[in-house]
Amino acid sequence: MAEETYGGVYADAEPVRDRRRPPAHRRPSPAHPDRSSPGEGTYGRVREGLRAYRLITAMWIRSTMAYRASFVMTTLGNLVATALDFVAILLMFSRVDVLGGYRLPEIAFLYGLSATAFGLADLAIGSMDRLGRRVRDGTLDTLLVRPAPVLAQVAADRFGLRRLGRVTQGACVLGYALAAVDVTWTPLKVALVPLTLLSGGLIFCALFVAGAAFQFVAQDASEVQNSFTYGGQTLLQYPPTVFAKELVRGVTFVLPLAFVNWLPALYVLGRPYPLHLPAWVAFTPPLVAAACCAASGLAWRAGLRSYRSTGS
Amino acid sequence: MDGGFLHDGGSPQEDGFIAVDRVEKVFHVRKRTGFLRSERRQVRAVDALSFTVARGEMVGYIGPNGAGKSTTIKMLTGILTPSGGRLRVAGIDPSRERTRLAQRIGVVFGQRTTLWWDLPLIDSYRLMHRMYRIPDGRYRENLDRLVELLELGALLDVPVRQLSLGQRMRGDIAAALLHDPEVLYLDEPTIGLDVVSKAKVRAFLRELNAERGTTVLLTTHDLQDIEQLCSRVMVIDHGRLVYDGALAGLHEAGDSERTLVVDLERELPPIEAPPARVVRVEGPRQWLAFPASRSAAPLVARIAAEYPLVDLSVREPDIEAVIARMYAERTSA
Repeated sequence: MAEETYGGVYADAEPVRDRRRPPAHRRPSPAHPDRSSPGEGTYGRVREGLRAYRLITAMWIRSTMAYRASFVMTTLGNLVATALDFVAILLMFSRVDVLGGYRLPEIAFLYGLSATAFGLADLAIGSMDRLGRRVRDGTLDTLLVRPAPVLAQVAADRFGLRRLGRVTQGACVLGYALAAVDVTWTPLKVALVPLTLLSGGLIFCALFVAGAAFQFVAQDASEVQNSFTYGGQTLLQYPPTVFAKELVRGVTFVLPLAFVNWLPALYVLGRPYPLHLPAWVAFTPPLVAAACCAASGLAWRAGLRSYRSTGS
Repeated sequence: MDGGFLHDGGSPQEDGFIAVDRVEKVFHVRKRTGFLRSERRQVRAVDALSFTVARGEMVGYIGPNGAGKSTTIKMLTGILTPSGGRLRVAGIDPSRERTRLAQRIGVVFGQRTTLWWDLPLIDSYRLMHRMYRIPDGRYRENLDRLVELLELGALLDVPVRQLSLGQRMRGDIAAALLHDPEVLYLDEPTIGLDVVSKAKVRAFLRELNAERGTTVLLTTHDLQDIEQLCSRVMVIDHGRLVYDGALAGLHEAGDSERTLVVDLERELPPIEAPPARVVRVEGPRQWLAFPASRSAAPLVARIAAEYPLVDLSVREPDIEAVIARMYAERTSA
C-alpha cells in the first residue's frame, strides 16, 4: 500500500533520532513528569480506565444527588415502567397455569435473573449506545484529547443512578421467585445464583460494548444494538421451550445469551435444556462472560482504530 | 522559575517543539453510485506537510474550508493517525501515546465544548483536576488565576448549556489550561463571538503566551486574530503548506490586490489609471484592482484630479482570495 511505502521511504530518508528525553536541564520544569503514571500495557490501561470511570460516575452521582427529589421520582418512574413488563407476564398467568411447561415461579426465576443482570449492565454502561451520536456530532474528539481511555469515558458518561429502578424491579421478582420456586437447594445451586447474575451482567456489558464498537462503522446502529440488548433480555424472560430450536441454537452458540440465565437457571430448576448439552455447561457462564468481554474489547479497539484512521 | 527555558527556540535542542515531517493523511471516501455499488475514492486531506514550531511560538494556521487545518490539528492531538510521515509533539508521537501527550497539551475546539454540557462549570474543572492528576496546590492556583483573568467567577455554578457562546469559550479555554499544558491548540477560538468577547479572548491568549511561554497554534478564519496575536502564519491549501512566514509577507507572496471602489458623478467609460485596472463597472460605480504592496494615495489623487469623484473606499484583500491566488500560481508554475 501507498501509506506503508511512504512510511518506509521517510524512515530511510532521515534516520530517526530519539529525542524523547532531552537532557534533564532542558526538560520542561512544570510538574508533569511525576504526575502522570499511567501504567503500560493492558493491565495499566484497564486500571486507568477504571479510575476514569470511577471519577466520572462519582461526578454524575454527586450532581444527581443535588436534586434528590427529582432522583427519587425518576427512579420510581423507572421502576414502575419496568415493572409493567412483569405485569404482562402476570396477566398471562391469570389465563393459563403453564407456559411452555413452566409455572409462574419458574418463569419469575428466569425473568428475575435476566432482568437483574441486564439492569446491572444498563446501570454500569447503559450510555454506550450514545456512541453513534458522539461520532456523528464530533464530540468523540473531545474525549480523545483527555488522558483517559475513551471506553471508560463513554461508558461513564451521564451515569444514571435512576437506572437502579430496573435493577430493583428485577431483584424483587427474583426474590419472589427464590421464595416461591420448588427447588431442593444444594450449596452448588445457591452459589450459582449470584454467579449467574454477575456473569449475565458481564455478558450484557460485552454486548453493549460490541454494539458501540459497531456504531463506529454504522453510526445509526443504536437501534440494532437495542434489538440485541433489550430484545435479548425480553427473550430470556421466557423459557427456551417456547422458542424454535434454531433460535435456541442461535442464542447458545452464536450470540451466547443463553448463558445469561437459561443454562444455569434450568440446572437450578432441574429442567432439561432443549439442546442436550452436558450438565457442566450450566457452570460455564463466567468463562463465557470472560470470553465475551475479551471479544468485545477487541471489537472496541478495532472500531476506535478505524475511527482514528478515518475520522468519521 | 517558570519561563527560563522558553525563549531559546533557536538552540539546537530540538528541530522544533512541534515537528511535522512530510506528514500525510489519506481518507478513503465511499461514494454510493448505485443501489449496492459504491465507488472508493482517495482524498488526500493533508499532503506531504512539513513544518516545525519552536517552544513559545504563537502561530496562526489558516486556510480555506476543507484545506486540511482540522485534520492537522487532529493529528497533532493524537485523535487521528497519520497515513504517512513523521510527527512529534514535545518528543511524543501523538497517535501512539495519546494519553501521555494529553497531559501536556490543551485543546479548545471552537465549535464544540470539551466541558460536560449538563453540569456546572466547576464540576468539569473538579473532574479535570482529578483526571489530569493536577497537584492540589497547583490546581487551586491555576483555577484562581484563570477565573480572574477570564472573568469566570459568576459562572462557576452555572450549567454549561446555559452559558453564552463567549462565556462557554472562556470556560473551555480555562479547562484546557488547568493542567499547565505546554502547547495549546485552538481550533477557531473566536468563531461566533461578539467583539467584546473576541477582545477578551485575544488579550488573554497574548498574556498567556507572553507570561507562561505556552506554545500556541491556532486555526482561524478571522485575520484579525492573526494580526493581533501571531508573529507567524502558516497557510495551508489542498493539504499543502503554501506559505509560512510573517503576516505582512503574505500579501506580497500572494501577489494580492486591494480594491478601490470609486463612485463617480455619472456613468463613464472605465477609468484609466495604471497600474490599477478596472475589474467591474456598475453604473456610476467602478471597482479598480491594484497591487496590495502599492500605496493607494497617488492613485486616489490621480483619479480625483481627472474624474468627477463623489465617494471612494479601499477594500483589503480577503484571506480566501489571497490563498486562492497563491494556490493558482503554484499549480500553474
